[in-house]
Amino acid sequence: MKYGIVIVSHSYDIAQGVKQLISQAAPDLSITTAGGTEDNGIGSSLEKIQKAVDDNTGDEILAFYDLGSSKMNLEMLMEMTDRKIHKYDVALVEGAYTAATLAQVDSPLETIENNLKALTIK
Amino acid sequence: MKIELINAKKWIDLFVEKLETNKVVLNELDTAIGDGDHGTNMNRGAEAISAAFAKKEPENLADLYKTTAFAMIQKVGGASGPLYGTAFLDMSKAVKTDNLELGDLIKVGTDGLKRRGESDYGMKTMIDVWQPVSEALSEDKFNQQVITDALVKSKELVATKGRASYLEEKSKGHIDPGSQSSAYLFESLLEVIGD
Repeated sequence: MKYGIVIVSHSYDIAQGVKQLISQAAPDLSITTAGGTEDNGIGSSLEKIQKAVDDNTGDEILAFYDLGSSKMNLEMLMEMTDRKIHKYDVALVEGAYTAATLAQVDSPLETIENNLKALTIK
Repeated sequence: MKIELINAKKWIDLFVEKLETNKVVLNELDTAIGDGDHGTNMNRGAEAISAAFAKKEPENLADLYKTTAFAMIQKVGGASGPLYGTAFLDMSKAVKTDNLELGDLIKVGTDGLKRRGESDYGMKTMIDVWQPVSEALSEDKFNQQVITDALVKSKELVATKGRASYLEEKSKGHIDPGSQSSAYLFESLLEVIGD
């Protein structure tokens, strides 16, 4: 599909939970996660984000994150990778859910982004 | 003044030592205005730097700073990972073809911190130490007093960036843990290059 979704969270469980939730609305999307540190503790891991991006089969990636270092690690990866990644400063759960629902029915990026605007919190 | 590979390696080795020695101090500072793990996180980074050096001795300055950056990025876990990581990665790129004056080198790192943290001087962050150190180095006035003054000045600020900013006025009077670990970094540098 055109878009895949990457979830970056400080918590392994949050990342898994968000994936589980949005998969229901978007069963055909590639949704990959980077939750917690290497040993699944609280924190964020550039390596995990790298893997989530590498494993994602979308042509372009819509990325959602929770707190400060998730964002910083995501931005760092964006500087290093050739993949096209769109990062959104929105509420993680609501934003990822909105994007997934729209991407599932092949909505254009403009529509997805217009809907995400209202969820901007960061 | 420029720093060459042997001394730059000593600099980072001393930083690693200080992080290991002061793990508890950094955790305590972070407990007051953060989540209490800055010492543990930085110590994990320090161990990763040592391990990376032991595995492969850095061959040049760019290599040294890059190895330091990746150890921090991969192992620290908290926000200081990408922050220190970006600073050292930018420094590594900057010395790839030619070594830089120390003041310019630290400025490259400071600019990296500003970009990654979307932050600036005076917000009670690491930048409050990095920037004055960079300026003092450029003016050939770098000494312990510069570091101490930067810490004291930052201590009295109200945090407007990072987790401590949630505390608003209550963050005043506390030393920012990232500023303290940055102070260790530059005290290590001072030990290598002298006043």
